[in-house]
Amino acid sequence: MISETELAMSKANSYTTGPDENGRFGIFGGRFVAETLMPLILDLEKAYGAARQDPAFLDQLQDLQTHYVGRPSPLYFAERLTEHYGGAKIYLKRDELNHTGSHKINNCLGQILLAKRMGKRRIIAETGAGQHGVAVATVAARFGLPCTVFMGATDIERQKPNVFRMKLLGAEIMPVTSGAGTLKDAMNEALRDWVTNVDSTFYIIGTVAGPHPYPAMVRDFQSIIGQETKHQMLEREGRLPDTLCACIGGGSNAMGLFYPFLDDESVDIIGVEAGGHGIDTPEHAASLAGGKPGVLHGNRTYLLQDDDGQITEGHSISAGLDYPGIGPEHAYLKDTGRVTYVSATDREALDAFQLCTKLEGIIPALEPSHALSHLGKIAPNLPSDHLLVMNMCGRGDKDVFSVAEHLNVDIG
Amino acid sequence: MQQTRLDNTFKHLGESDTKAFVAFVSAGDPDPVTSLKIMHGLPTAGADIIELGMPFTDPMADGPSIQASSQRALKAGMTLKGTLDMVRQFRTDNDETPIVLMGYYNPIYIYGVDAFIYDAKQAGVDGLIIVDLPPEEDEELCIPALNAGLNFIRLATPTTDDARLPEVLANTSGFVYYVSITGITGSASPKRNVVEEAVARVKRHTDLPVAVGFGIRTAEQAEAIASVADGAVVGSALVDVIAESLDSHGRSSPETVTETLKKAQELADGVKRA
Ligand SMILES: Cc1ncc(COP(=O)(O)O)c(C=O)c1O
Repeated sequence: MISETELAMSKANSYTTGPDENGRFGIFGGRFVAETLMPLILDLEKAYGAARQDPAFLDQLQDLQTHYVGRPSPLYFAERLTEHYGGAKIYLKRDELNHTGSHKINNCLGQILLAKRMGKRRIIAETGAGQHGVAVATVAARFGLPCTVFMGATDIERQKPNVFRMKLLGAEIMPVTSGAGTLKDAMNEALRDWVTNVDSTFYIIGTVAGPHPYPAMVRDFQSIIGQETKHQMLEREGRLPDTLCACIGGGSNAMGLFYPFLDDESVDIIGVEAGGHGIDTPEHAASLAGGKPGVLHGNRTYLLQDDDGQITEGHSISAGLDYPGIGPEHAYLKDTGRVTYVSATDREALDAFQLCTKLEGIIPALEPSHALSHLGKIAPNLPSDHLLVMNMCGRGDKDVFSVAEHLNVDIG
Repeated sequence: MQQTRLDNTFKHLGESDTKAFVAFVSAGDPDPVTSLKIMHGLPTAGADIIELGMPFTDPMADGPSIQASSQRALKAGMTLKGTLDMVRQFRTDNDETPIVLMGYYNPIYIYGVDAFIYDAKQAGVDGLIIVDLPPEEDEELCIPALNAGLNFIRLATPTTDDARLPEVLANTSGFVYYVSITGITGSASPKRNVVEEAVARVKRHTDLPVAVGFGIRTAEQAEAIASVADGAVVGSALVDVIAESLDSHGRSSPETVTETLKKAQELADGVKRA
């Protein structure tokens, strides 16, 4: 069967032309929002289109990336992990060293500058692990805008350090109790707030999902990860990497790393979804492996859902991956076959978390621990000149309490 | 497009200079049997049009009342197929009252657009209000539904400016649903003079009837709003009565049907005074 996506591909002959003017990546993406929001997202599309061509905007963003975030983040040769697996040469893209501890800040800076440009007076956001919430609260503090973060009650419980950080930064935290009280529900609630406060409010979405132009815009702001990686790898090894690997919740750190390499045919690209208790159980958050196309939160993409089109709750040890959907561009890259999507279970992620901590002295977040665990599955079988890059998109400080609990260690 | 039950209803109301009372309930709330009883009773209680919510797990434009109502229905096993079955049963002894299905796109997309349109039409559905399908996505469902003779009722909102209104109205039929506030269902009640101006603005662009909803809770509010529009839509206030009537296990009680219809009657009386 030739899908629409494949047809579009053969015409375009590039994986980087999307989305089209309707916000579609093949059949995925789009603008499935209530009429109240429609004029706003059209405005946003226009404003973003102008900003991305404005040297003053780009200069200010770059200046902040350098001096506030600390970019470029290092591309680090993980010697001991490489030795341990005895195969491919493993590099870690150290986005966990960014200010606030994850890749989320890359996107938040872009969006807050846009919010300022558009004259918005209030910021809202959804958060799962709290990393996006912390990054939003940080830029809101830096630019003096009031900020409200919607967070599922379940996630508030398992990400206490981040909740306190957000409060310190001056953000108001709105606990969301509907559904399972996780990321999906937080996003519903943020959208409800946005519909209510259309004039004043800018919604900083934290991943490559939502209605057009968010998936493309967030991808663009995150692409700095891949651009730097390309540059750094050419400098270090004189050639492109052979394989890229990143974890996927909504898919923003992965899109950021992958995007600049999509048309480099020699580069293998692997996305790792959250397998929870296993993708053959109902308890996972792997929407590509276990879901089917549907429409939620403004876009068409793969979703975990039942036969009636009701959205089911994802499950992952990692609050940042616990989302029943995935960015539409990933859905497109799956259907075209450009990117391979696999999954890692909670257990595998926990093991990788400990291994990386012990061998490299780097405490990874639980999210990239999923990608780390996949390295263990492929690196041993690859030759020693195979260049493997994993996106270390977040640090694990926020996770130490919940990891202790999973390991049955009482740290008070 | 041929005349539909919606066209006929507004025509008759217009001839007698009365306003339409549009009553919203979620299909299957609090359970399929009770819900069908409520639906059967609504026309007698004064509802001119029934807006039947298609329950969805993630109703992004709805406030706590309709979210809860949707959840009760899902918990009681309601599905899109079950919703269409309810319409079919309602039609066995009511062939006049227009039924508009309101909800979100995903369940329809999963059901299959063509199969859904066919089954909805067969069941006796007259129109669709799909919150997350703006004109930009008309190819998905709106155009095929119109071709099949179903009305597609669009929401116009305070953010829909004059430049955009023609686009929003282009494929709208049956009536226009003016959302009186920027916000979710069940929130702040709209001011009469603001609504009056807004309805006049919409009417400069269309000859279709304009019904107004979101935030109407009392008979007085219904009267005030209906007096400056062609109809008033009430949802949250009705499903709140359902919620309050439930027993401590969340099951329907003997009052569930009677109290809900009593509230509907009050609201209808308000609209009819307009
Ligand atoms: C460190 C980290 N990685 C990954 C994610 C998942 O998001 P995405 O897939 O958009 O990168 C999160 C989300 O909270 C995160 O905190």
